Amino acid sequence: MLRGERRASLRFGLTLAVMAAVVTGSAFAACLFGRIDIPPAEVGRALLSGLGWDGARTVDETRRVVVFDIRFSRVLLSMIVGLSLAVAGAVFQGILRNPLADPFTIGVSTGAAFGASLAIFLGLGARSVLGFGLLPAAALAGAMAALFFVIALGRIEGHLRRDTMILAGIVVATFLSALISLLKSLDEESVASIVFWVMGSFQGRGWTHTLFALPYAAAGLALIGFHARELDILAMGDLQAVQVGVDLERVRLVLLLGASLLTASAVSVSGVIGFVGLIVPHLVRMTVGAEHRRLLALSGLLGAVTLLWSDVLARTLLPGGEELPVGVVTALMGGPFFCVLLKRHKRRIGL
Amino acid sequence: MIEVTSLRCGYGAVDVLRDVNLRIPAGEVAGVLGPNGSGKTTLLHVLAGILTPREGRVRVSGRDLDESSARWRARRMASVAQNAAVTFPFRCLSVVLMGRYPHLSRWGGYTTQDLDRAMDAMEQTGTLALADRLINEVSGGEAQRVVIARALAQAPSVLLLDEATSSLDVARKIQVFDLLLEKNRAEGTTIVCAMHDLNLAALYCDRLIFIKDGGIALDGPTHELFTSRNLSRIYGTPVMVSQHPVTGGPQAHFVPGSAGAGGSGPPHGGVGARGDREGG
Repeated sequence: MLRGERRASLRFGLTLAVMAAVVTGSAFAACLFGRIDIPPAEVGRALLSGLGWDGARTVDETRRVVVFDIRFSRVLLSMIVGLSLAVAGAVFQGILRNPLADPFTIGVSTGAAFGASLAIFLGLGARSVLGFGLLPAAALAGAMAALFFVIALGRIEGHLRRDTMILAGIVVATFLSALISLLKSLDEESVASIVFWVMGSFQGRGWTHTLFALPYAAAGLALIGFHARELDILAMGDLQAVQVGVDLERVRLVLLLGASLLTASAVSVSGVIGFVGLIVPHLVRMTVGAEHRRLLALSGLLGAVTLLWSDVLARTLLPGGEELPVGVVTALMGGPFFCVLLKRHKRRIGL
Repeated sequence: MIEVTSLRCGYGAVDVLRDVNLRIPAGEVAGVLGPNGSGKTTLLHVLAGILTPREGRVRVSGRDLDESSARWRARRMASVAQNAAVTFPFRCLSVVLMGRYPHLSRWGGYTTQDLDRAMDAMEQTGTLALADRLINEVSGGEAQRVVIARALAQAPSVLLLDEATSSLDVARKIQVFDLLLEKNRAEGTTIVCAMHDLNLAALYCDRLIFIKDGGIALDGPTHELFTSRNLSRIYGTPVMVSQHPVTGGPQAHFVPGSAGAGGSGPPHGGVGARGDREGG
């Protein structure tokens, strides 16, 4: 093997190991923050007990609930959502070959927001079926319907085209945003909950949400994972991809579906959280290059850590115990951060 | 072998090629020539299975391209476009390895054999030193040679080149075509190349296919077709032909200030008079 190849693998392995350690450490550290002060050792025992380790039976039940069922479930959820958004962003940027693409570009998230808004409007927001809330299900259905429309619109003579897809996504997103506004204006009582939901937050989310999002996120990740190599080749352009034997239409559809599943699962449990899916892949691309197996793995981990700490900030920043929507935190941090990146790496931002 | 029968194809409302019939036997080096916009690239796209014919059929190794998968095609045919621009920061080796994609098993990764093939191709095209560089940071000519290496790594029996060497300097052009000719002689690789450089075509192609106005204008052995009259007529400007001092094959010459002179034939006297003689 070439020296550079080995060096690149080594560097990637090292980065991956460090990131994995940071993720694990962060997951634990984030459980320390909360309204009740619990010493780290106690938090550790409560976590172990929650994870089914018998040696920590002496843990106080209340503390176990606070640490494991409230904090840890939320930490886990924020990580799944962060990972999903970052990976979905990397995939959308790759298949649309557009550095500005993110999980929200092709209207999937607006579809989810519309589905959720409709559920709130119809008063179904708090209902649940089989233990799962109807709200996430409505959001997921909305996301998938939006994807369907965008693909149907973006198809010309049986071919999916990147530009038309992006345009179709913008059209669908704009139209659905208008519908959301319409819902808000029709029912003043639900305005607050719609607004709050759309802004994106993990407040009050727990194991049911995690369990709801997990299968879709896993399915999306699996679809993408099996096609990471094709994603590299797609980045070379449609023509070259076909020339080396990629079944363009099928692969692109599978990847779109995978990324949309990730986005939909994330948005359905957390609302619309911006910037993670846009910035994280760019950051990773700048350090490890564009090869998608590496890009996707590291984007996922960095996305998880980013959103995890954004959520910690969102729930601890205000002194009175009030929570900020985490979407506001990511946008407030992400905007300026992205500006700095643009200025500093003007030449290297891109794909 | 490539067989094209009563082909009609195009984009949108326009038919670029009509009623094209063509047989390219295995092991031939065929040059596709003709003025801008005559349909050279379109023909190569149809041969590569990228553009679906509106009428007629294209068969490669006895199989209809319509019924073949992209993978099946990529194992037999490799294409190099004129400016295979790459904007993503991939390492050059990764780009060449993509040529091994149609040979991978569905769930497996690249094997050491794939890596060997890729590195061989890079060595042959003189790009091995670039292996670890990012393709968007090497020069245009270097990137083009990397893409040519990818096509070679595909281990195809047919190579389709669309102005593949236009961006290369003279020495690189000769180097690439020498390599292609060697592949052709040693492995029987069929080579179909669309080109503007008449003299390069005359040096390397056994056969020339001239395309004009959506159809094949002339098709035959290079030494028969490469005449002053034919070239002048096809390109609509006086072209004179003389003998190559080393190979003895035909070479074309152009006359400054004659763009509007039309293609009725060469100007009187001079080299043009000898130009209609068969070369080679």
